[in-house]
Amino acid sequence: MPPSEAAAGSETVRSRPPAIAAVGVTKRFPGVIANADVDFHVDVGEVHTILGENGAGKSTLAAMLCGLYRPDEGTVVRDGSPLRLRSPRDGLAHGIGMVHQHFRLVDRFTVAENIILGDPTQPWLIDPEAVEDEVAAIGERFGLPVDPHARIGDLTVGQRQRVEIVKVLYRGADVLLLDEPTAVLTPPEVEALFVTVRAMVAEGKAVVFISHKLGEVMSVSDRVTVMRNGHVTGEVATANTSQRELAELMVGRSVVLETRRGTTSGEVGLSAAGLVVRDDDQVALDHVDLDVNQGEIVGIAGVAGNGQRRLARALAGIETPAEGTVVIGGVDVTGRGALAARRAGLAFVPEDRLGTGLVPGLSLTDNMLLTRRRAFFVDRKTARADAEQAIVEYEIKAPGTEAEARVLSGGNAQKVLLARELAEVGEPGGPQVVIVSSPTRGLDVGAAEFVRGLLHEARERGAAVLVISEDLDEVRSLADRIAVLYRGRIALEGPADELRLDEIGMAMAGVDPAEVR
Amino acid sequence: MNDTTFVLTLAASVAAAVPIALAALGELLSERSGVLNLGVEGMMLIGAVTAFQAGDASGNLWVALAVGAAAGAVFSLIHAFLCVTLRANQIVSGLALVIFGTGVSTFIGKSIEGEPLDTDFVPTRWGALADLPLVGPVLFDQDPMMYITIVLAAVIAFYLNRTRAGLALRAVGESPATADSVGVAVALQRYVHVMIGGLLAGAGGAYLVLGQVPAWSQDGTTAGVGWIALALVVFASWKPMRVLLGAFLFGFARRANFWLQGEGVDIPAEFLSMLPYLLTIIVLVVWGSRDLQRRVGAPAALGIPYIRDER
Repeated sequence: MPPSEAAAGSETVRSRPPAIAAVGVTKRFPGVIANADVDFHVDVGEVHTILGENGAGKSTLAAMLCGLYRPDEGTVVRDGSPLRLRSPRDGLAHGIGMVHQHFRLVDRFTVAENIILGDPTQPWLIDPEAVEDEVAAIGERFGLPVDPHARIGDLTVGQRQRVEIVKVLYRGADVLLLDEPTAVLTPPEVEALFVTVRAMVAEGKAVVFISHKLGEVMSVSDRVTVMRNGHVTGEVATANTSQRELAELMVGRSVVLETRRGTTSGEVGLSAAGLVVRDDDQVALDHVDLDVNQGEIVGIAGVAGNGQRRLARALAGIETPAEGTVVIGGVDVTGRGALAARRAGLAFVPEDRLGTGLVPGLSLTDNMLLTRRRAFFVDRKTARADAEQAIVEYEIKAPGTEAEARVLSGGNAQKVLLARELAEVGEPGGPQVVIVSSPTRGLDVGAAEFVRGLLHEARERGAAVLVISEDLDEVRSLADRIAVLYRGRIALEGPADELRLDEIGMAMAGVDPAEVR
Repeated sequence: MNDTTFVLTLAASVAAAVPIALAALGELLSERSGVLNLGVEGMMLIGAVTAFQAGDASGNLWVALAVGAAAGAVFSLIHAFLCVTLRANQIVSGLALVIFGTGVSTFIGKSIEGEPLDTDFVPTRWGALADLPLVGPVLFDQDPMMYITIVLAAVIAFYLNRTRAGLALRAVGESPATADSVGVAVALQRYVHVMIGGLLAGAGGAYLVLGQVPAWSQDGTTAGVGWIALALVVFASWKPMRVLLGAFLFGFARRANFWLQGEGVDIPAEFLSMLPYLLTIIVLVVWGSRDLQRRVGAPAALGIPYIRDER
């Protein structure tokens, strides 16, 4: 849209009050001000994005708009009149519906049952059949095909999201808040979602889109409100801005989105051959072959739940594969357990940081001790020194070395874990192979950059690094080679610089790239 | 084959099914809300002993039944408070309820141990229908509680599957976070259904003294009926009508020895009294595996305290 048109468009809608607005809202949580004097408004027929890093206050703002939280100060205004929302249900009654990042659906219920659950307008005697026609009609109107009879447990993530959207539309919402809706979708599913979003605004709905992905924000929204540390740092029309400007507003400084590539020695550090992992009758991993060379980062891309977790566990020796072998640093460690894998030179950062990675009830020092070579007596003194050093070097926000790991935020727990696992990587006698799952999930941009730097450093020290992540941008910027996991199989593999985005996207969605070509 | 003994055994089986079915239907509701209550045996003991005392004092059958049921409900409140409000381990709390219930009922029942009760349920004869061969004595010569139980099972099935409230209850047992997010009061639902569970277990216990053996005996009154009820819920895949059917089956198993002895088959009484506990062990094996639980149809959030994710 040319800038002139955008200006004219906002001119005409400005004559009526915004569909929903937050006026000077402040929300405090113990120890943090999540939103400080925030102003925000969305007009009818507009897609307005709230952009910001993790922890910038986006979700808190959305939660106040939909009735989940009550603002400590300020008001929420709907169509010109102030609202005091007591609950999300109350919000829905005022036509405000939120689609959460984590779906609120009952797996064992059908689509229709989920849609009527908690709807106070349903008759005492439920009649799912009566709902089905309306669900189908909504699906038709907004390009959201869903089968009302299907059980949620049988649906893909993209389909479940559609159910969530249909649910709020069924309840008559005119203002839709979508909290990071694309985080769980494949590129084709993202496109389909955007088509739906446009169909909704064309019908006069107002859509609030929450995201931290600049490309998407530019392509789907009319206006963007940028947040940082609970404050609004800018409000711009997408027609008048650039990704670079948005990025600067978001992080408060200019960021370099650089890509570095490594040089490999060609020596295989980590090798999996014909790896099969089964869950009863289902196949979690289906004959996975994978080699990671020393001095190289291989990225595993894919939508969540396509076998990433099981691959990491099988490679790290936590799980015994039904078939196939795992070789670490030339030693066959298949089925010999996690200790054998570590002895062969593995450092492992699991997806589940507090639980699998760190013991929540132990202090930082004791957590550091866990992967030490086992002697009969523990050497707490050096471990404490290591923990102290890690706190300084990694800028870990922790009350001290004796604090329990459970008190750490996700990002800080990740740093502790990385400090423990990566400290001796590449050194003689230290780990030569690193497996990292979701390295930067939940981290702010600064911390994520720091973590990526650590992984690059590990590669430069000659380690074979395997990064498993659902964030495709991250995989593409980190990895030298990319493999796409789909339903437990490697659907596509190749050098990061040669694979096209659409190829990767199709492989993630289960489309055979060869068919399309 | 001795026909009369067989028919009498069948008729007795149907009556024996009543307390099992009542307790199991109550437990089913509790478990459908996500709260496992292993304390059924304890709640039944409390129901039985209080019903006996109330029956003795008032001479009114229905008053006795109501007192037993109410006592069971009040007693189950302990479990609801521990498990829903304090989020205690449900297995531990349930077992504590059994032990506590045994202790309390022994104390209350001390003065009446072995005494007979003159207030008890009498079968209603449905005129000529009761004279029909086989079905007559089995179906049309029973006390009112049997008919109430059958209706109750149907009502519960209807409530669960067809009403808005039933949908909310099932959602609480499957995914409390989802239910909470759409405005269902998770804790309230759990309290209410744990207490209905206690109410029905209490009524089942009351029926043991009011309808079966009109006497109180610490060891003999419940004799593991609570444990059978608990196992039955699992075997019935948390479905009310299957619970009813299963109760008749278990009722028959409990009465079959009369008939079998007449047929010359001698099963040691010790074996039969072992049965409830054996079933419970089998059920606990099922509980040991989340995967198996899912496949037999257990509510997904069964046994898991709900903690609202505040931020």
